[in-house]
Amino acid sequence: MAANPMSQFDVYRIGPEIKVGAFDISFTNASLFMIISTVSILLVFNFGSKRNSVLPNKMQLLAELSYTFVAKMISDTAGSKAKPYFAFIFSLFMFVLFCNMFGMIPYTFTVTSHIIVTFILASFIFIGVTIIGFIKHGFGYLKLFVPSGVPAVLLPLIVVIEIISYLSRPISLSVRLFANMMAGHTMMKVFGGFVISLGLVGGWLPLSFSVALTGLEILVAFLQAYVFAILTCIYLNDALNLHH
Amino acid sequence: MIKKIYFQSIFFSFLFFKEAFAAESGGMPQLNPEFWISQIFWLILTFGTMYVVLSKFILPKISNNLESRKSQILENIEAAEKQREDSEAKLKEYDEVILKSKSDAKTMFNQTREKALKDIMAKKEVLDQQIDDEINKAEKEIEVLRVSAPDKINKIAIETSSELLEKLIGSGVNSSSISAIVDDLSKRNGDKYYGN
Repeated sequence: MAANPMSQFDVYRIGPEIKVGAFDISFTNASLFMIISTVSILLVFNFGSKRNSVLPNKMQLLAELSYTFVAKMISDTAGSKAKPYFAFIFSLFMFVLFCNMFGMIPYTFTVTSHIIVTFILASFIFIGVTIIGFIKHGFGYLKLFVPSGVPAVLLPLIVVIEIISYLSRPISLSVRLFANMMAGHTMMKVFGGFVISLGLVGGWLPLSFSVALTGLEILVAFLQAYVFAILTCIYLNDALNLHH
Repeated sequence: MIKKIYFQSIFFSFLFFKEAFAAESGGMPQLNPEFWISQIFWLILTFGTMYVVLSKFILPKISNNLESRKSQILENIEAAEKQREDSEAKLKEYDEVILKSKSDAKTMFNQTREKALKDIMAKKEVLDQQIDDEINKAEKEIEVLRVSAPDKINKIAIETSSELLEKLIGSGVNSSSISAIVDDLSKRNGDKYYGN
């Protein structure tokens, strides 16, 4: 059972089955790690913002560096108009980052390795950005699909491509995060299985791979959270400043 | 030999894994929709709660902290700048005071020196005057004495010679003839005795 590298992604019920109407909203291991992530985020940033000393302590430094990091990322990619959405992008980045990082601890569950979670996040961003775009620009937002400086002959084709690429945004956004997390964790599990099966004689090679992969996966965990947040910023930038 | 065992074991382990996977393949758990609704529900609940708490309570506090720190640091820098300027002004003032007191001391020194010199000159003049007076007086006395000295000598010479003649001859001699001789002698030898 443990040898199956996909079994780490199994969702199972913790406690009794909870049903609202026809929907099963039981508390699962996924819910547990969502709660752990959010509670840790809130604790870290609560302690990081409690005291304001001129020389910050470690928690305060952590909170303020994250704040300025995300603020800089947003202002660099989406400009000053994106300021009202700072809190959302900050929460998004932190949530994805903490879920990814908690997944790196052995025997934990990686919330973001499930397509449904990333898809819900991505579609929420997609719908939100589309609504913001239509509120800001009205039907002028549709000019997003008509790039300027394109020959009239190519225009129908380009518009179709642009629409398809726009509609595939939530899919690419969600699949990128989900696939990265799932592939990384599966690979680590496979190499871990090799260590056991090869034993003392041949197990050292996959073990060293495993160590290297852990470092790589921590990098990927951060990078995917960053990519997720920065793509959100770019989509938001399209909606706020119609450049095309 | 060891190498051979190593690679063989790797090869066999692949075989074992294949068997293991084949025995337990259940597809990806991600595509099993059993808990999708539960995951969506809990995601919205946790993420929503976190977003509300972060945006309403925590993030404003952090941005407030950053702002106040920034302004405080700016204020401190301004205060430091001001104090530096103050100290520079004070230093300038101090330098000026030192320079002024130096020049004051110099002028005072010069004045006192001049005054002292003047006093000394005045005193010296007075003393010179006195010394000159004394010298003049003494010279006059000497002159008087010098003028009067030959007469007295002549007189003494006349008296002694007349006494000597009296003792030698035994009778008085006309004093006027003696004085004539003495005068004549003294006139002839005057240069020898008085140096004039």
